[in-house]
Amino acid sequence: MFKGKKVIVFGERDGVPGPAIAACMKAAGAEVVLTVTECFV
Amino acid sequence: MYDPVIKACSHVLIHVPGFVRYGSKPSREIEDSPTSLLPTIEAHLRTFEQAVEYPPNQVFIGNLHPDHLNSIEQPWYRHPVANASRCGPYGEIMPEEEFLGLMKLADDFDLMWLDKEAMPMLKEALQSHSLWKNTDLGKLDTAVENTRIRDRIQNDGSIPLYHRGCIVGCMHRHHEKDDALKAAVLMENLMAKTSGALALAHLLQNADIRADEVDLILNCSEEAVGDRYNRGGGGLAKAIGEMCRCVFATGCDIKAFCVGPIYALVQAVGLVKSGLFKRIVVVGGGSLAKLGMKFRGHLAKDMPILEDVLGGLAFLVVVNDGESPLIRLDSFGKHDIGSGSSQQSIMESLVVKPLHRMGKKITDVDRYAVELQNPEVTVSAGSGNVPLTNYRMIGALAVLGGEIQSGEIDRFVLEHGMPGFSPTQGHIPAAVPFLGHAIDAIKRGEIKNAMFVARGSLFLGRMTQLSDGLSFLIEKNPGKKSGGD
Repeated sequence: MFKGKKVIVFGERDGVPGPAIAACMKAAGAEVVLTVTECFV
Repeated sequence: MYDPVIKACSHVLIHVPGFVRYGSKPSREIEDSPTSLLPTIEAHLRTFEQAVEYPPNQVFIGNLHPDHLNSIEQPWYRHPVANASRCGPYGEIMPEEEFLGLMKLADDFDLMWLDKEAMPMLKEALQSHSLWKNTDLGKLDTAVENTRIRDRIQNDGSIPLYHRGCIVGCMHRHHEKDDALKAAVLMENLMAKTSGALALAHLLQNADIRADEVDLILNCSEEAVGDRYNRGGGGLAKAIGEMCRCVFATGCDIKAFCVGPIYALVQAVGLVKSGLFKRIVVVGGGSLAKLGMKFRGHLAKDMPILEDVLGGLAFLVVVNDGESPLIRLDSFGKHDIGSGSSQQSIMESLVVKPLHRMGKKITDVDRYAVELQNPEVTVSAGSGNVPLTNYRMIGALAVLGGEIQSGEIDRFVLEHGMPGFSPTQGHIPAAVPFLGHAIDAIKRGEIKNAMFVARGSLFLGRMTQLSDGLSFLIEKNPGKKSGGD
């Protein structure tokens, strides 16, 4: 479902970090245009 | 030969409601809507008494054990501790009027002006403090007229300082075009220095040693002292030591985001073990930027703005005294650059690997201290319960290792974890606020060991996507026969 889609990834330090989401998105065929992880505490 | 121990701790809080407006989040949002937002923020600030009675704050300074929070109904701010004291076995909760005077004592460049009208009250407050009453308070005699303060605020980029809604002084910049020396940055740095010095003063008292017996100070505060050519250059360790008269100590700053205190402790342990230094202080002052960080969530729930305190921590690492819990030198867990960034791989690196190295199971550790952010601060703002998430992950690893059943995770969390009780001050919640409690519980024989696990968000600086983390374990000291000298 992500093939050919451009994806912006927002990860969370205490949840799922950005690089992990990006890896899944790439594996699903998406083009990751930005990956950021934030810390909310 | 020189087995290191953490001999003493200090944990302090400083109630600074007048500075909440200068936290990063409030200051940005007040700038967008100054007339409507500031009065709302001020209406949700706590009194000093309310901050002292707040159960998590009582845990932080050691008057209550973290487990006690499990028996107090939430929200905790509606269930104040009766007859709460501002002083505890690990430190104190200092009121704003004393801290303003202490900031002036910490000011070596006349960066801070205090109002002539307010000065007698500020000086009197500090004079009655047991740790500072014998200090030269001469700097507090250099107050200035209110008209001069207002002129500098209007014309020279100075920032007003508020106490109980009134302007009681101002902070100046020290260069017209240097962003690293503008008033807001210098105020942040001066507050880190002052709160760090308060923590160090308590540590010296708790450890019952003279200031001139300390030979190295490692500062792990989250600030960036320097000028335009060396932003973050450092120097706060020696500045804090100077204020506390540690005249035979040198020092430097350790930077590692929230995991800074653990890195500093690791280095202190190594330096004591090597024999290079004998009495090392690790100290961290508070973070102005993080005041009111979650205020939007608190206002939305019509609850008090709970991020109204600075934190401060200090630890004394010395050669084995035969009493204090030993730091296991084979216990250090690290998150390697090549490790994965998932929660599971981070916790495996920090918990499972070092325990396997020591021949221990996850359930062999009596207490885990993870990042101990107070959930009442974060959950209300939609940021989740950080300690609980981490404890559940450690419990899940115990399930994967066949140590417990999946249905036993909640019991594992209750028995091996604890509710968060630390203010969201970055490096301050980084597991180490439990050190005082752990040392005392191990000495009393209530637990045999405790593991400290902290994590850092390196990606926030936009130089890498990496996370970070570090861990260590302390355990009961078998006595002098263990190789102490």
